[in-house]
Amino acid sequence: MSKKTLIPIGPYHPLQEEPELFKLYCDGEIVKDIKWETGYNHRGIEKLSESKTYEQIFFLVERICGICSNSHPFAFANAVEEIADIELTNRTKYIRTIVGELERIHSHLLWVGLAGHFLGYNTVFMWAWKYREPTLDLFEMISGNRNSYAMFKVGGVRRDIEEAKIPVIQKVLDDMKKKVDLLAGAVMDDPVIHARTKGVGILTKQDVIDYGAVGPTARASGLAIDVRKDDPYAAYPLVNWKVITAEAGDVFAKAEVRLLEMYESISIIKQCLDGLKKEKEGDIEVKVKEIPEGIGNGRAEAPRGEVFHFVQSDGSNSPVRHKIRAPSYVNIATFKKSCTGQTIADATISLAAVDPCYCCTERMAVAYDVNSGQKIMNARELIDLSILRTAELKNNKIRPA
Amino acid sequence: MDTKLIIENFNKSFKSEILEIASKNERRMIITIRSESIIRVAHYLYKTAGFRFIIASALQTKRGFEIHYHFSKDDVGLILNIHVVLDKNNPQIESLSNMFNASNWIEREMHELFGINFLNHPNLEKLLSEGNWAEGVYPFRKEIKTP
Repeated sequence: MSKKTLIPIGPYHPLQEEPELFKLYCDGEIVKDIKWETGYNHRGIEKLSESKTYEQIFFLVERICGICSNSHPFAFANAVEEIADIELTNRTKYIRTIVGELERIHSHLLWVGLAGHFLGYNTVFMWAWKYREPTLDLFEMISGNRNSYAMFKVGGVRRDIEEAKIPVIQKVLDDMKKKVDLLAGAVMDDPVIHARTKGVGILTKQDVIDYGAVGPTARASGLAIDVRKDDPYAAYPLVNWKVITAEAGDVFAKAEVRLLEMYESISIIKQCLDGLKKEKEGDIEVKVKEIPEGIGNGRAEAPRGEVFHFVQSDGSNSPVRHKIRAPSYVNIATFKKSCTGQTIADATISLAAVDPCYCCTERMAVAYDVNSGQKIMNARELIDLSILRTAELKNNKIRPA
Repeated sequence: MDTKLIIENFNKSFKSEILEIASKNERRMIITIRSESIIRVAHYLYKTAGFRFIIASALQTKRGFEIHYHFSKDDVGLILNIHVVLDKNNPQIESLSNMFNASNWIEREMHELFGINFLNHPNLEKLLSEGNWAEGVYPFRKEIKTP
């Protein structure tokens, strides 16, 4: 057997926007095995959540991910409302859906830009990020924030979308559609992008089922799973739209699914805006007295796939257990399939193709021992540990795969 | 196939293994089974009934350690929680990772954070802390509290 070369990507790498370490074990140009090291972002959010009240948790889970900061509160709200049997008002449903879909548009544009950047095609990166900007402006108009919108609460939303704002949103959407046309045309017809993405990083349907992958990663391999359709929530059953799938399972198919999904999102938001107009005045929340004892399984379709929140309540004002499963947790694991056998140059775009979000995947707080009240590990120890680890890496003591 | 039929078939196949059935509505079911039966039940759900493994949630209660295995039947929007209770002092259960890869990471995570042992797991290494955390200290157990 020939000797394998280890090529690390990360923990800090100019191409990746978040800290993570991929170890590519290569034989010449070909990636033979891949190992992933993580924990750089682990913040113990699940444990921290047990010490917060239901209202506070919304702000906590919103900070799991900076890009899809709305999908975690969405899934958490679905879980808690399931425990308390809350029926939302139509106005709440529409507003939640609008925020959710706007987020999908901005997240998919962000991905298209990054994918271009990964391929060394920076024009796409600059276009996509420029066109993404108006959606962030809309968020600022609706919620006051470009990101981390703080829109959700148990039984409702915090801010209304007034009638005067509707034409502004519609205009941005009309402009957006033209920009997506342009971008879709540029990406889908570009021979260089075809050459770099077609037949690269293929995931078969069986791989997707085996790894339990979700979202555009699954849909690009021909598996039509989408929580918005399968287990409808908010206003998704009230509007018309279709689930976008592709068959090839390669990077190109994933790009295609995301680009076409933006059209569906634009259409969904427009229908919701019409719905809001019809509703005219209405409450944006229902009064919630208490969260009873019980178990809630909430899920929502984030731009990257299904977000799953498991909440167990004992009737007090904070949960006994709150488990969070972000879509990247299952999607990143598919790297083993999609990168092995590829060249190193193709591995980067295959890694990027699932739109990985590492912050979502890891969720550490400082921990204290109950008996002694001492911190289990303090800052100094952490720094020493990090110096030790750097020294180890310098001496090439990288653990074997 | 609708939810009722799916659950009826399940109940028929695993009559003796089911300890308790609870249902919130027709899209959410919690079935408590004996922990020894997990492999047979998961095999049935994954291979025969076409369920997708979402994730598993471990928790520590007075009864000991509990795990909810969440399975999803996407065409009917059903989430089926397979619930097992494990021993307080020696929590262990068969690993599902030889059947599907979806459970590989979460079993490593539960092993690392709760100290639950997964028998026959292909690679039960730490997932998050990569050996940088003290051995034998399980941060998500109740004896460790957050400030």
